[in-house]
Amino acid sequence: MESTLRGKAHKYGKNVDTDVIIPGKYCNIIDPAELGKHALEGLDPEYTSKMSAGDIIVADTNFGCGSSREVAPIAIKGSGTSAVIAKSFARIFYRNALNIGLPIFESSEAVDGIESGDEIEVEPATGVVRNVTKGTQYRAAEFPPFMRSLIDAGGLVPYVEKRLGGV
Amino acid sequence: MGMTLTEKILARHAGLDRVEPGQIVNANVDLVLANELSAAVAIGVMRGIKGASKVFDSKKIALVEDHFVPAKDAQSAKLAKLMKDFALEQQIEHFFDVGRGGIEHVVLPEEGLVAPGELIVGGDSHTCTYGAFGAFATGMGSTDIAAAFVLGEVWLKVPGTIKIVYDGALGRMVYAKDVMLRTVGELGIDGATYRAIEYHGTTVDQLSITGRITMANMAIEAGAKNGIFHADAKTIAYVEERTDRPFVLERADPDAAYERTIAIDVGNLEPQVACPHTPDNVHPISEVAADDIAVDQVFIGSCTNGYIEDLRVVAKVLEGKRIADSVRVIVNPGSQKVWMQAAQEGVLTTLAAAGCAVNTPGCGACFGGHMGTLGDGERAISTTNRNYVGRMGSPKAEVYLASPATCAASALTGRITDPRVLELAGV
Repeated sequence: MESTLRGKAHKYGKNVDTDVIIPGKYCNIIDPAELGKHALEGLDPEYTSKMSAGDIIVADTNFGCGSSREVAPIAIKGSGTSAVIAKSFARIFYRNALNIGLPIFESSEAVDGIESGDEIEVEPATGVVRNVTKGTQYRAAEFPPFMRSLIDAGGLVPYVEKRLGGV
Repeated sequence: MGMTLTEKILARHAGLDRVEPGQIVNANVDLVLANELSAAVAIGVMRGIKGASKVFDSKKIALVEDHFVPAKDAQSAKLAKLMKDFALEQQIEHFFDVGRGGIEHVVLPEEGLVAPGELIVGGDSHTCTYGAFGAFATGMGSTDIAAAFVLGEVWLKVPGTIKIVYDGALGRMVYAKDVMLRTVGELGIDGATYRAIEYHGTTVDQLSITGRITMANMAIEAGAKNGIFHADAKTIAYVEERTDRPFVLERADPDAAYERTIAIDVGNLEPQVACPHTPDNVHPISEVAADDIAVDQVFIGSCTNGYIEDLRVVAKVLEGKRIADSVRVIVNPGSQKVWMQAAQEGVLTTLAAAGCAVNTPGCGACFGGHMGTLGDGERAISTTNRNYVGRMGSPKAEVYLASPATCAASALTGRITDPRVLELAGV
């Protein structure tokens, strides 16, 4: 998660749930690119046709509520979306996103200061969010130390490998 | 300062004397659960973990085929096969194929795989169901499940606990589902995010195990990490009938620290309905029925309300009658055992005679998978747990959530109906 993420913002409301992120009928797909074709289909069927690789989803509170389906963050990542910025995330989605390497950031100020179509830059290491269109800058909430160490280790899988190695 | 029930279970599984909310712990798990969808992804992740060729304990993993069963298409069959092959390769003791299990959360308690004080994680958000038995149980995604398959432990942030105290006797045709819908309505769908819910009070003491299951099951609908009841004589009798595994009975300390305490008096509670499109959009039936809302489909089943007690309620309402011409009713008994018991009691015949389609156990209709998917412009009333846009099929469909009694009453009239009014009218 080192290089700068850059793309256009696509802004949505609160409680974007996993049923609209990836509808149940697609939950038997496991290929990320195939899942990506249906990202946000239940909320905004146009999303995948109007977005470009690197674009960023911006949303209000409780993003990813509902089911534990890991295909929800996988679909978003598979669509080429580079990050999600929200006021808050639902618990299971938060874990899943970090586990599969979908960059997510929490910042109410950033969400309030971004409109659909704005050009956004995010520095994953520092959590700095820049609204290039508006010339404003925000700082996302820092990850708790344990989460930070998981992210720095490269996700949960390297962490498990270390535990298996007796570390 | 004492500990809540959730804190005690987490402390014991982490080998610590005490834990506090916000603390990160590594906890040993007693059982790891996955269905064919979450398992398929988890197995792929596990194959990629260096040094992980075997699961930590083949007796402490449960794999249940329940989401797209019987396989809806070749792709679904592929996932089911992937899980079955893995179960055979790893000699997983608790593997439930179609026809031998049912919906995971109905099956595990029936099979004695859940006991008080245990720590259970599952690749399904409704894993919180097992809080009904005094276990700490929470849903996770597939990568976390893969890690638990291999390590037999998970990292968890200790949640703060919200204590909810219910008092009052439930009125006629008012059930645990109504109490829980009311609760989700009060908390809101993110009102308990990252929190534990601890259920207390005279009302829940009186509830059957099934009623407690319904309530623990929907803790996630308020965003909670887990929802938990204290085990009592009913719990112990249920569990001891199904397993001789020893278990630990714990109680929250009298001086436990709760983030907040909510009192809910259910003495005058009406049947409740969650209206489209969130489970917290909850209104009393008198208000909803006044709008005279026609429905196209009634669904009875799921890990929330697919139990024999639920089917008996529906059969009692429908006995000797025919469902309205304008509606179709789909019933999925929650498990093979529920199905067989319902068959033996004549419940399935009563339902079929009334015009209901009775399916094999599974999750399909609830999440818009198959076996009861809604089309554009259709409206359903359902005993399930979620009604988000597109949940049961078309994003242009509407889903209302209610108890089995309210759903059964609505099946007779073809409109969202107060089961108490129907009963009084002798319909």
